[in-house]
Amino acid sequence: MQAALFYIFAALALVCGFLVVANPFSRNPVTSAMCLVLTLVWLAGLFVLLEAFFLGAVQILIYAGAVMVLFLFVIMLLDLRAEERRRLKRLGLVGGGLVAAALAVLLRGVIHEAAPAAAAPPAVEGTTEALGRLLFTRYLLPFEAVSVLLLVAMVGVVLLSKKELK
Amino acid sequence: MDWLNQLNPTQQFVIFSAVKALVAVVVLLSIVAYTVLAERKICAAIQDRIGPNRAGPWGLLQPAADAIKAFLKEDFIPAHVRKVYFWLAPALAMTPALLTIAVIPFGSQLGAQKMVIADLNVGVLYTFGIVSLGVYGIVLAGYAANSKYPFLGGIRASAQMISYEIAMGLSVIPVFLLVGSLNLSRVIEYQAGGLFDWLVFKQPLAFAIFVAAAFAETNRLPFDLPEAEQELAGGYNVEYSAIKFAMFFLGEYANMVAASALMVTLFLGGWTLPWAGLNQPAATLAGGLAHVGIFLAKVLGVLVVFIWVRWMWPRFRYDQLMDLGWKRLLPLALANVLFTATFLWARA
Repeated sequence: MQAALFYIFAALALVCGFLVVANPFSRNPVTSAMCLVLTLVWLAGLFVLLEAFFLGAVQILIYAGAVMVLFLFVIMLLDLRAEERRRLKRLGLVGGGLVAAALAVLLRGVIHEAAPAAAAPPAVEGTTEALGRLLFTRYLLPFEAVSVLLLVAMVGVVLLSKKELK
Repeated sequence: MDWLNQLNPTQQFVIFSAVKALVAVVVLLSIVAYTVLAERKICAAIQDRIGPNRAGPWGLLQPAADAIKAFLKEDFIPAHVRKVYFWLAPALAMTPALLTIAVIPFGSQLGAQKMVIADLNVGVLYTFGIVSLGVYGIVLAGYAANSKYPFLGGIRASAQMISYEIAMGLSVIPVFLLVGSLNLSRVIEYQAGGLFDWLVFKQPLAFAIFVAAAFAETNRLPFDLPEAEQELAGGYNVEYSAIKFAMFFLGEYANMVAASALMVTLFLGGWTLPWAGLNQPAATLAGGLAHVGIFLAKVLGVLVVFIWVRWMWPRFRYDQLMDLGWKRLLPLALANVLFTATFLWARA
């Protein structure tokens, strides 16, 4: 059952992910965005299969529910006709392929290295309590650093979007 | 009932879950149908009219008449719409509300069965995740219609719902700080002690923020800017007719029911009442049914407040809406989190 679900979710995520970047039926950015939403939902399904319920829920809540809505918001305000007319560029295709291949090689290396330790229990179990405890003890510094980074980005956006500073 | 006991636990689980899900959806949809009628009756009373009274006694068959009308009307599709999204949007508007009720405990026990479809550990996160997907129905409807007013409605909806989701999410953090779990059944257990254990009394500020955000998330007045008949001629659903329009309509009410159920669970004690031993999981069948009844009664009470507010309040202006969400509710919710956390830390 679990294995079957894994293959279903993984296949759907791959298909939807492919449709995000190269949809043969439509060059519409909104369609791409909606496919990305579906990809994120299937990924959440994979997290749930790994018993990382918190991660699965947050994946839907943050990425599918908030980030992608903002994406859609921006895309809908753009001039979509120009985007629909644009053709696939060969250079872009080759470049994208190369990056994807490089990422695959990297990931393969990482997974290969991690495989022997698979017997050890995972550091982050699915429960929210364990995750919270880890975030505020062992990973406190990275956690705070990321928060500050986000804050900097936010202040930067406010600064850039203000036409004239008083 | 012998064949039921012979099944293995997995099969029993599947059967009971399916039955619970089916009953919950049927009950939800009937509540939705009669909430529409209640809305029209209450609004009529507030405006000193009689309201629908032709179909059946006191107009009780009005929902059936409305449903038949919606099914039989011509489903007109304007030539300029984006077909796929035009079909997809009404379904997406309806689905999230139905999915939300999966984790809400609507009673204690009937026999050996817990009256909740899925007793998730991250119950409330699941709810917020699904609720946050609800915006797609409206945004895509606005986009699919491919004309001005629906588009403006869709844009407004996405900005509004994102803004208030944040306030909503932050407002319930103090609740879970007090309870110590994200599981909605635990939240109800926490409130079972007595009337003043209800989180509405322990966390009045969180409740107020949650209510405001819930009104905004369900696009109800005073936050119904995505529809705004006067400016947008109905907003995102302008180009829709017949059953597709009815889907949006029902989706809004189903979302109201889901929001009310969540409010009852988080703040109003869920299926418990602090008197006559009704705060303990039921041992008998009658007690179990009483708990379901208490839960439904509370939900209906909150729904009446939803409707009442709609006919009493004017709509916010767009800048006031954003102002309230980002500059008032968000800081208040953050302060409440800080205060509650400090209080718990000092007490520990």
